[in-house]
Amino acid sequence: MELVVKNVACARGSLRVIEGVSFTLRAGEALVLRGPNGIGKTTLLRTIAGLQPALEGQIELPEDAVAYAGHADGLKGPLSVAQNLTFWASIYGTRGIECALEAFDMTALLDRQAQDLSAGQKRRLGLARMEVTGRPIWILDEPTVSLDAANTALFAAMVARHLDAGGIALMATHIELGLEAKVLDLTPFKARDDAPEPFLDGGFL
Amino acid sequence: MRALLFRDLALAVKAGGGFGLSLAFFLIVVVLVPFGVGPDTGVLREVATGVLWVGALLACLLSLDRIFQLDYEDGSLDLLVTSPLPLEGLVAVKALAHWLTTGLPLTLVAPILGVLLNLDPSGFGWIVASLALGTPALSMIGTFGAALTVGLKRGGLLLSLLVLPLYVPTLIFGAETVRRAVDGFDNTTPLLMLSGITLGTLAILPFAAAAAIRINLR
Amino acid sequence: MPMSIWEYANPKKFMQTSSAVLPWVAGLTVICLVVGLVWGFFFTPDDFRQGSTVKIIYVHVPSAMMAINVWVMMLVTSLIWIIRRHHVSVLAAKAAAPIGATMTVIALFTGAIWGQPMWGTWWEWDPRLTSFLILFLFYLGYIALWSAIENSDTAADLTSILCLVGSVFAVLSRYAAQFWNQGLHQGATLSLDKEENISDVFYYPLLFCLAGFVLLFVTLLLIRTRTEIRSRRLKALRLRERMA
Repeated sequence: MELVVKNVACARGSLRVIEGVSFTLRAGEALVLRGPNGIGKTTLLRTIAGLQPALEGQIELPEDAVAYAGHADGLKGPLSVAQNLTFWASIYGTRGIECALEAFDMTALLDRQAQDLSAGQKRRLGLARMEVTGRPIWILDEPTVSLDAANTALFAAMVARHLDAGGIALMATHIELGLEAKVLDLTPFKARDDAPEPFLDGGFL
Repeated sequence: MRALLFRDLALAVKAGGGFGLSLAFFLIVVVLVPFGVGPDTGVLREVATGVLWVGALLACLLSLDRIFQLDYEDGSLDLLVTSPLPLEGLVAVKALAHWLTTGLPLTLVAPILGVLLNLDPSGFGWIVASLALGTPALSMIGTFGAALTVGLKRGGLLLSLLVLPLYVPTLIFGAETVRRAVDGFDNTTPLLMLSGITLGTLAILPFAAAAAIRINLR
Repeated sequence: MPMSIWEYANPKKFMQTSSAVLPWVAGLTVICLVVGLVWGFFFTPDDFRQGSTVKIIYVHVPSAMMAINVWVMMLVTSLIWIIRRHHVSVLAAKAAAPIGATMTVIALFTGAIWGQPMWGTWWEWDPRLTSFLILFLFYLGYIALWSAIENSDTAADLTSILCLVGSVFAVLSRYAAQFWNQGLHQGATLSLDKEENISDVFYYPLLFCLAGFVLLFVTLLLIRTRTEIRSRRLKALRLRERMA
């Protein structure tokens, strides 16, 4: 199993933000995207996850392999922790939420409503969702926001287990996770040309 | 799919889900009409069908912006789009959930409210039948409108402006089905047209709505 | 290079061509409208039943025709955008919508003014009048959706989908309205079947008016599309400046 990104350019709104991004991830590998705010980390991750089309280039990955976690956790406040996880498990056709709960030490919170969780607990629940998807390629956008040191370590352990099992992880984060991961700084890939706007074709006014 | 349906139903019924608001709205509209047109039972009998249909339609409209907006705001729409569910199926399930929490209850209380409006006895069966056939189309069209406006901050008013003209054929054939029956005419044609519109919207609009969601998320 | 209609989809090419064509189209519009309206209003006999009221036909029929045709044109250009993603095409649809809405309002108003002496009422829920009213609502929705969305390409995509779906429902509404009320409106003024047409005295000036309204639409459309292209260019330039 491989995730191949070839010469990809993508746009945020009508702005071309990054171009010429290429990398290959094989089973068991992880890649951390770095770069200043606004460089296009989220845009690139959303493009690879299939939420938006790439302007140029190819993204090759096996079908139905990606699980995506964005800035928002996608939790339903009125539902309990267990209900939230069970929902995603049945959407992905997997069973058993226990190991996901244990991974983030959330077994005690099982029946708590998601709206009563703290920000860090919500994040943990959002990340535990990745475990129940059963998908090999994880795409994580700033996964450690609002996690404390202990939980960041739990998260790193979860990713490490995922990689050991032959998974792939692609994430944007500034925190050192202590994982054996490649690092890709996106700064050199900032789009040089303007957006391929037909309206910038000069001299017709 | 089933999990999504049950989740949406559970969320609608729980606190803050807005279930019952549409019904209350429907009741209030029907109660207000006699205050507006006068208590003459003959006049009320004449307008009963129209008022029930228009009231049900407006009540349906009320909850449309919730279909995708909450999922969009908390990020679950992104996650659902990247999940194994086909987006067209997701749209259809959303419309079904909307119908089960809005259209179906409206259909069931319509005959009770018909009593308040002095609806002709022969119309009771037909009002239920026509609403049962027509409200799925209202939910589906509304879901399409909600998909168009999902990325907008204050899409509610715009949503009504987009959806109401699309409701016209359903309303005409739905109300006509009942009116013809009450007046003692053959109502096969409007009944068939109403069913045709419902089936047509169910067949086509999930694709249009899914396309709109994809565009809105990118 | 082979000549192709798609060349005009390039904004630059469109701006050049349209600026060359615009004065001619505008001039022709004025000629047709002046000839048609003056001929129609002052040099045709009164109708034996409808009197001089019938002369409103020279505004009513062309505007009603344009109200529908503009929507059809928007449907075609929206389809071109969806299939071939030519920016000028969808901007032309955007530019056409307010013109079409105005034509619809003109048709409704002149219809009301005509209807008052003929039918004794300003408004009647006649299927034709009703369909035009519904068409006006469709125009409003389309315009409102354009103005509500920030990103131009997103707006173009969504309004095109709305235009497609709306067209189906507009046709449905037309038949629904016909079914719902059989109506007072006289039959079509013009049809290819010559037997049904109005007599030649009224017919020829009407042809001029029809041509005049089509040309008027083209003129306004060119002007408005040019404005839309310029504002898109302005937006793109501002964006580039902010990026730099």
